[in-house]
Amino acid sequence: FLLQKYLYFKKTYITCSEKILSTKSKKTLAKPGVKNIVLVDGVRTPFLQSGTIYADLMPHDLARAALQGLLNRTGLPKDAVDYIVYGTVIQEVKTSNVAREAALGAGFSDKTPAHTVTMACISSNQAMTTAVGLIAAGQCDAVVAGGVEFMSDVPIRHSRRMRKTMLSLNKAKTLGARLSLLGSIRLAHLAPELPAVAEFSTAETMGHSADRLAAAFGVSRLEQDEFALRSHTLAKKAQDSGLLSDVISFKVPGKDIVSKDNGIRPSTMEQMAKLKPAFIKPHGTVTAANSSFLTDGASAVLIMSEEKALAMGYKPKAYLRDFVYVSQDPKDQLLLGPTYATPKVLEKSGLTLNDIDVFEFHEAFAGQIMANLKAMESDWFAQTYMGRKTKVGAPPMEKFNSWGGSLSLGHPFAATGCRLVTTVAHRLQKEGGQYGLVAACAAGGQGHAMVIEAYPQ
Amino acid sequence: GGSLLCLSLSAARTHVSYEVKDNVAVVRINDPTSKVNTLSRHMQAEMVEVMNEIWGNAAVKSAVLISRKPGCFIAGADINMIQACKTAEEVTSLSQEGQKIFDQVEKSPIPIVAAINGSCLGGGLEFAIACQYRIATKSKKTILGTPEVMLGLLPGAGGTQRLPKMVGLPAAFDMMLTGKNIRPDKAKKMGLVHQLVDPLGPGLKSPEERTIEYLEEVAVDFAKGLAGRKVTVEKKKGLVQKIQDFVMGLPPVRKQIYKTVHSKVMKQSKGLYPAPLKIIECIQTGIEKGNAAGYLTESQNFGKLAMTSESRALIGLYHGQVTCKKNHFGKPERDVKKLAVLGAGLMGAGIAQVTIDKGVATILKDTTEEGLARGHQQVYKGLNDKTKKKSLTTFERDGIMSLLSGQLDYRDFENADMVIEAVFEDLSIKHKVVKEVEAVIPPHCIFATNTSALPIKDIAAASKRPEKVIGMHYFSPVDKMQLLEIITTNKTSKDTTASAVAVGLKQGKVIIVVGDGPGFYTTRCLAPMLAEAVRALQEGVGPKKLDSLTTGFGFPVGAATLADEVGIDVAAHVAEDLGKAFGTRFGGGNVEVLKMMVQKGFKGRKSGKGCYVYGAKSKEKKVNSGAEDILKSFKLTAPPAVSADEDIQYRLVSRFVNEAVLCLQEGILPDPVQGDIGAVFGLGFPPCLGGPFRFVDSHGADKLVQKMKRFEEAYGNQFTPCQLLLDHAKDSSKRFHK
Repeated sequence: FLLQKYLYFKKTYITCSEKILSTKSKKTLAKPGVKNIVLVDGVRTPFLQSGTIYADLMPHDLARAALQGLLNRTGLPKDAVDYIVYGTVIQEVKTSNVAREAALGAGFSDKTPAHTVTMACISSNQAMTTAVGLIAAGQCDAVVAGGVEFMSDVPIRHSRRMRKTMLSLNKAKTLGARLSLLGSIRLAHLAPELPAVAEFSTAETMGHSADRLAAAFGVSRLEQDEFALRSHTLAKKAQDSGLLSDVISFKVPGKDIVSKDNGIRPSTMEQMAKLKPAFIKPHGTVTAANSSFLTDGASAVLIMSEEKALAMGYKPKAYLRDFVYVSQDPKDQLLLGPTYATPKVLEKSGLTLNDIDVFEFHEAFAGQIMANLKAMESDWFAQTYMGRKTKVGAPPMEKFNSWGGSLSLGHPFAATGCRLVTTVAHRLQKEGGQYGLVAACAAGGQGHAMVIEAYPQ
Repeated sequence: GGSLLCLSLSAARTHVSYEVKDNVAVVRINDPTSKVNTLSRHMQAEMVEVMNEIWGNAAVKSAVLISRKPGCFIAGADINMIQACKTAEEVTSLSQEGQKIFDQVEKSPIPIVAAINGSCLGGGLEFAIACQYRIATKSKKTILGTPEVMLGLLPGAGGTQRLPKMVGLPAAFDMMLTGKNIRPDKAKKMGLVHQLVDPLGPGLKSPEERTIEYLEEVAVDFAKGLAGRKVTVEKKKGLVQKIQDFVMGLPPVRKQIYKTVHSKVMKQSKGLYPAPLKIIECIQTGIEKGNAAGYLTESQNFGKLAMTSESRALIGLYHGQVTCKKNHFGKPERDVKKLAVLGAGLMGAGIAQVTIDKGVATILKDTTEEGLARGHQQVYKGLNDKTKKKSLTTFERDGIMSLLSGQLDYRDFENADMVIEAVFEDLSIKHKVVKEVEAVIPPHCIFATNTSALPIKDIAAASKRPEKVIGMHYFSPVDKMQLLEIITTNKTSKDTTASAVAVGLKQGKVIIVVGDGPGFYTTRCLAPMLAEAVRALQEGVGPKKLDSLTTGFGFPVGAATLADEVGIDVAAHVAEDLGKAFGTRFGGGNVEVLKMMVQKGFKGRKSGKGCYVYGAKSKEKKVNSGAEDILKSFKLTAPPAVSADEDIQYRLVSRFVNEAVLCLQEGILPDPVQGDIGAVFGLGFPPCLGGPFRFVDSHGADKLVQKMKRFEEAYGNQFTPCQLLLDHAKDSSKRFHK
C-alpha cells in the first residue's frame, strides 16, 4: 500500500513538472517604485542531529562555516558586504551577538557591522527580510543573512535562588557575610534550570501543542506517519540525486569533512507504528518519528539589489518579493502560521494558490503540516477564525516540499528559513516554475510567508 | 432488523441515546429540557432501559458513557425530586433505587468507561465511580466532587461506600465533608480518574464540539483496550500507597481517624449541621460492618437528612442563589466595557480586581500616589495569590493586570460606561465627587456609589441626572464576599438597574436589589444586632464569650470579631447615622463606647487593635485590655431575667430578624428570598437557618414574638416586634416561604 502511495507521488510529480514546463512565462511581480531585490545564492552546512559530529563546537563555529561557505560559493569580495544579519534562537550567552563573532571569524571586514535577530523558528526569515528592508530603504546594497542553531550544547543555568546567592557573594564584604551566604545554600538551590521547547506564556511544550492541534483537525497517527515517511523518502531521493546543492562541505575541527545531512532515514510504516507517543501519553499521536528532531546547523544567503548584483557580474537565482508576518493565539493556534500567512501574502502579490509552482513549508511536525493543510482546505475555518470569505485551499502535494523538509533534513531552528528560500530558488530553476511560496510557523504563535519569483534564466 | 428496532426504540427516548461503534456502545446523555444533566426520574428510567439493552446485546463488548453537553457531564441528582418527597422513607427508597442501578453498573459484565467533560458532581460522580474506568478532560469546566453536604445531604447513591475504597479514607472524608470541587489534575493524582484528555482548540469544528468528540474517540479506544484486556484498571501501587493501605488496615488507626474527624467536624459546625456527622457514620459503618450495612445506613441517613430543617434551609439558599444570579431587569441598552472606580482603598481596589478579572477595562483613580500604589498592590496581590494556587498562570495574571489603569486624574473618563465611587463616607465629599465626575463622563455613563449606609437619594441630590445614579454596596473583602446589594431610588431608571446587575453578575456576584433608605437592607439589619452586641459587652459579656455565643448560634464570625473586621470606626459611623434616622429602636449599646475606642485608635483589625489585639503570630487571639477598660467605664447591669446565654443569643438574633421583616414590610426588600440571601451571603447569618425569613418560618413567629416580648419588658422598644412579624405570629399558616 505504501509503495503504491509513493509511486503515486512520484508519478504525479513527473506529470506535473511536465505541465509546468509547458505552461510558462506568467507576469513578473515587479512593482513600480519598488526596488528589485534578489537572492544571489544560498548555502548551508550539513544539518546534523545534535550530539553527533558537531557536538564539541560552539554556535559561532557553525555560523562561521556557513558564512565562509557563502564567500567561497559566490566569490564575494569580503569588503563588498554592507551588513550582516543572523538569526539564532537558543542563545549561547558568550556570543550573544553571534552574527558579529561569526563574521569576524569568517574573515569579513571588521568594518562590516552585524546584528543578531530572534523570532523562534522563523529567525532567519526575519534576518532575510531585515536585509530586504535595508536594501529597499536604500541603506545597503549587499547584505548577508543567515541563521544558526546549536542544540548539542544549551545554556543550563543555576536556579534563580542560587544565582541570587552567588551574585550577593560578590558584594559581600566580610568573611562572616560570605560564610552566612554560603550557609544559606540549600540542596534544592543546586537543581539546575534546563531550557525547554515550551511556550513561556502557556508553559506548554511545542510537541504537546502539536498533538492537540492534530487532534483538533482530526489528523490520524497514520496520516502523520505517512507524511513523515514521505518527507524522509523525498529527502533521500533528493540527496542521492545531488539536488541538495545548497549543502557545503565542512571540515569539522578535529573531525572529518562533513558534506551530508545525517538525519534522513526512510523507515517503514510498521516500524514507525511501533513508536509510543512522545508528548501526550498514552493516547497521543505525535511521536519521535513524525516530529522534526533536534538539529545543529547554520545557513547563509547573499541578498542584493538587482542593479548591484548585475553590476558585480552575478547571475541572481531569484527575486525576493512580498512577505508577511502573522501571529495568533499561542495556545490553541501555536503552529497555524502558514494557514494565516499564505492567503495574506498571496493577496499582497495578486496571486492565487494555483499560480504557485513550488511550495516549501517548514515541517515542524507531520501533524502540524497536516493540520495546516486541513485548515487551508476549510471554508468554515477561514470564515470562523480568519475573517475570510473562503478558504485559500491546500497546496497540491506534488508541488509541496518535494526535496524533503524539516522532518527529514533536520531543523536547526534559526537556520531553517534560509534553507526554505534557497530550496525554492533551486527548485524553480530545476523544475522551471515561476513563483514559489515559503511558509513557516514559529513559537509564540507566529508565522511567516514569502513569495519568491524565479530569475529569468 | 435488529438495528432498525434499536433505532425506533431510541427515537422514543429523549434523554439517553446510544450507538454501537466497533462493539463499543457509546451512551450519550443529554437532558433537552435543561442546561445541565441531572439524574431525574426520567433520566434514570431511560438509563436503565439503555443499559439493559446494551447488556442484552452479545455484540457489545464494552461501553462509553458520555454527555453531549459541553460544560456538564452530570451535575447531580434532581433536587426537586428529593424535595417533592414527603417522608424520610420516600427519600430512602429513592436512594436505594440509585444504589441498585449503580450496583448493576459496578457489576457490569462489560467494562464501562465514564468520559467526563464538565461538571461531574454528586450523583454524577457516584455514577462515574461505579463505572470501571474514568477519563476526564482537563477543561476548566471539568470538576468532580460531592457537594451534597452543602445542601445538608450526603452522597446517597453509594458514594459514601465507594469513595473511601477508591481514594482512601482521608481523601474521601475531605471530599465528602467539605464538598469541594476537585480539578482534573488533582483527580488523577488521587486516583479518582484514570486518564486525562486535553481540551482542544479550533479545528474543523468548534473547540467545545470537537473536544467532546475527541474525548469520545479516546474513551472508545480505552473501552476497546479494556475489553481486549490490553488496558488494565488496576494501577500499580507505589510504596507510599502500600504503606498507607497497610496503616489504614489497622483498626486502631481507623478508629483514631474517625475520632479526629468527628471532633474536627464538631468544632467547625458546633454540632449545628447534621449531615457531616451522618456522612462519618455511613463511611464508618461501611468499612467496619461491611457493604450491606453500609449501603443501608447510607440510604436511611439520606432519608433522615432530607427531612431536616437544616437541609431545607441550605437547599432554599441554593435555589435563592440561583435566582439571585439572574438579571431580572432585562438586557441593558449597552454593555459596560470600561469601568472607572474612584478611591483605591480596600473596597475600590477590590471592585477593580473583580472587574478586570472578568476582562473589563478598569480605571482605578485615587487622589494620592500612596493610596494608588497601595490599591494597585492589593489588586496585584489578589491575582498573584491565584497564580500561587495555580488557578491562574503568571501570564494570565499579567494580561488581566494590563486592563487596570491606575491614575490620579480624570483622563479617559470620557470613555467610561460606569463609574463606581468608593470614597470616604461623607455626604459632602460624595457630592463633590458626583459633580466632578459628571463634568467629565459621557451622558450614558452610570454613576454608582458604594456606600454602606448613606441614602442614595441624598447622594443623587447633587446629580444632574438622578436616573443614572444607583447604589452598589459591595462587601469586604470584595474578591471573597459573594454578595452585592444594589440600591435603587425612585428616580433610578430600569436600564440603569439592569446595567448595574449585569456588571455585578459579570463580577461573579450574588445580587439582591433593594429599595433606598438609611442602611438599605443589610446595614440596617446588622446595626441593631451590633448595638445589642455592644450592650452585651457593656453588661460584662467578654468579647470571647460574645463570639462563642454568636458562633454557637451558627454565625461563621462572632459578633465582636465581626465588629473588628467591619471596623469600629465604620460601626460607630453607621450606628450614629442610623440612630439619627431610626431613633431609639436602634439604641441599646452606647455609641460612645465605639467612639471612645476609635479615639484611642482601636479601629479594629486594620489598625491592629479593636476588641482584640492583632498582628502577633500566635493563633490565640488576645482581648484588647484597652477596650476592656473602656467597656468597664460604660458598665451596665445585666438584667438577670434576660441574660442567660440563650437569651443573649436571641436578643442579638431577634433584633436582626425583626429589622429584616420590617424591611420587607416597608418595601425596602422586594421578597423574602432576597432577604435571606442578603443576610447569609452578606452578613453571615447562620446558613443552617437559611436566613432570617426561613428562620421565622422554621422557628415559629409566635415563639419568636414571645421571646421578644420578654426582652421588650426589660429593654423597651428595641424589641417591639414589627406588624408583619405579629401577623405571622397570630396566624401560623402565614409563612414567608412555601
